[in-house]
Amino acid sequence: MKHETIETNAGWLIALTLIVISIGGLVEIVPLYFIDSTIEEVKVENKDTIHPYSPLQLRGRDIYQREGCYTCHSQMIRPFRDEALRYGHYSLAAESKFDHPFQWGSKRTGPDLARVGKKYSNEWHVQHLIAPRSVVKESIMPNYGFLMKPLQYKNVRDRMRALKLVGVPYSESTEEYEANVKRFGEDIAKNLDILHAEENLLAQAAADNYDGNAKDVTEMDALVAYLQLLGTMVDFSKFDEGHFAKFR
Amino acid sequence: MVASSAPVSTTSSPVEQYNYDIVRKFTIMALVWGVLGMTAGVWIASELAWPFLNFDIAEITFGRLRPVHTTLVIFGFGGSALFATSYYIVQRTCQTRLFSDGAANFTFWGWQVAILAAAISYMLGYTQAREYAEMVWPIDLLIAVTWVVYLVIYVMTLRKRSQPHIYVANWFFIAFILATALLHIFNNMAVPVHMFSLESYSLHAGVQDAMTQWWYGHNAVGFFLTAAFLGMMYYFIPKQVGRPVYSYRLSIIHFWALIFLYMWVGGHHLHWTALPDWTSTLAAGFSILLLMPSWGGMINGIMTLSGAWDKLRTDPIIRFMVVSLSFYGMSTFEGPLMSLKSVNALSHYTDWTIGHVHSGALGWVAMISFGSFYHLIPRLWGTKMYSEKLIFAHFWLATIGIVVYISALWVAGIGQGLLLRAFDEYGNLAYTFIETVSFLHQPYVIRAFGGTLFLTGTILMGYNTLMTILKAKKEQAEIEAKIAAKLANA
Repeated sequence: MKHETIETNAGWLIALTLIVISIGGLVEIVPLYFIDSTIEEVKVENKDTIHPYSPLQLRGRDIYQREGCYTCHSQMIRPFRDEALRYGHYSLAAESKFDHPFQWGSKRTGPDLARVGKKYSNEWHVQHLIAPRSVVKESIMPNYGFLMKPLQYKNVRDRMRALKLVGVPYSESTEEYEANVKRFGEDIAKNLDILHAEENLLAQAAADNYDGNAKDVTEMDALVAYLQLLGTMVDFSKFDEGHFAKFR
Repeated sequence: MVASSAPVSTTSSPVEQYNYDIVRKFTIMALVWGVLGMTAGVWIASELAWPFLNFDIAEITFGRLRPVHTTLVIFGFGGSALFATSYYIVQRTCQTRLFSDGAANFTFWGWQVAILAAAISYMLGYTQAREYAEMVWPIDLLIAVTWVVYLVIYVMTLRKRSQPHIYVANWFFIAFILATALLHIFNNMAVPVHMFSLESYSLHAGVQDAMTQWWYGHNAVGFFLTAAFLGMMYYFIPKQVGRPVYSYRLSIIHFWALIFLYMWVGGHHLHWTALPDWTSTLAAGFSILLLMPSWGGMINGIMTLSGAWDKLRTDPIIRFMVVSLSFYGMSTFEGPLMSLKSVNALSHYTDWTIGHVHSGALGWVAMISFGSFYHLIPRLWGTKMYSEKLIFAHFWLATIGIVVYISALWVAGIGQGLLLRAFDEYGNLAYTFIETVSFLHQPYVIRAFGGTLFLTGTILMGYNTLMTILKAKKEQAEIEAKIAAKLANA
């Protein structure tokens, strides 16, 4: 076919363009759903150690997204010596397998947060979020004092149902709950139960009282609950060195 | 609707051969969004230099304003500029009036409402938290509908062309419209929290979500910010210099190569991440190949300008065009360089990336748009530009502004990258993270200054355009008064 045919026929132009622009995506994206080694299996004592978020952590993640934290913080540690020293073990694909959407980020105006969980106390986080420069003099982070307001959690079940629809194993029926007990253990499975989401959320906020204010459940409670979970689901001491390298 | 027999229109002849009204509207909005979006950019750049500017107001914190900046500039300014120029070019090169005035107006309002709603919703905290695709799902639907109508208008106009041949600029616009539809739809698939909730959760998760997002993200660059602006280049550069496109054969080769290769390269945003190595390696390979068609376009543009170099002294529009092509060549060289894994290990997560984006977005996209608009505005309103001096001033402010901006961010990005990987003699990290943040203060101040220069140039253009429109109205009124006087005397 002469190129002139395409230049004089809109139908040909459109059809060929569509074919040409489809190939790259098909070759690079579709296999990621089918190649098993794309996402590592991370099991300890026959239980999946990477699990979906509890209702409170989920609301915290919503707030992390709402505030655009990803515009300055990554959640993806690369396999380099300096990053290992600064942040810890490189991130596994499995660690974000329940993240809709992913929050790997693209810019580190602030440090990576993939393993920030349990590195600082709740008090530190709250103080740092309210007034970053009172803790780290040179910080350029905005003050997030406005997060000390009551958390909206009435639609947390809708949120979990939406996530269930896209494949996160939150449970509604007894069978689903039992499957989660088998997969994640009873403690985790309880928190994945959609029907008890609100009471679980309140119970977690009351038990850990992240923001130091026992009276209200605030957005700060939720955000700190989320931050304290980040990167803590895999205990790398349970795996041989190099165990995860074969997936890369 | 076109065939109304209204005797005298206020702006121009009774029934224009072409639909310029829609081009005028999009042109004005491109400038409005340009000024607003770049103002937001200067503001957030200043927040990084002086964090008190966040003022403890949730709506204007960096995290919420950053998508306002990117959306207003890419989709508000860039998108409106593309609607304006593509509607102009498709009519001129097909020598036919745009298909359906009503549908064209629908795309205007659909697009403007989407941009405005997006900006407001981000400030209120509604976002999908996916870079350059932050719009919540109802806005995504509005964009999808608007875009399909845009495609229909474009194709129907091509079909009723009175020229047998489809001009090269239109190939690029068609590829841009089709690819953007594909990317927008697949990247924004999500399940709403509730039918009446603005929030949603992405269909994909983790690795697949990251790859889909950067397949989208990089092709927002490749098709929205490159292919379409090449379409602009292929019309306005030959027009302004009065010479034909240098090589038709080259335009064919680089068109097909460009649209094929771009779709593969998004994975280079995910080097060294949990994305499998094969995907990011493939993406890096294609990124390097992409240098060739990119430079094919640049060479074709520069060689078209060649032979009219004397006009550089007298014609500020040609200056905008030459500088835009130079930045296009520079940033399409820098891009493949940064997609090499070893370079990316240093550059990723730093301000080098931000600098690179701006050398493309300000140097290439904005400069070719400014040049095209300065060519277009006098023709749309039937008069000369109000001030040529202001065009020269705009040119220098913009050019110096970009150079200051990207130089500051090379220092910031490469500097921070080096500090973060420095070790002391015992093998410990030489610097804490916060020490690198302190280091960034000076480059951030200079970057904000460079951005301010660029913004000032854009404001001058807005003023110049406003005065041109007012001048055109005045001239039109004078002519009408003369005609009326003659008729009264007769």
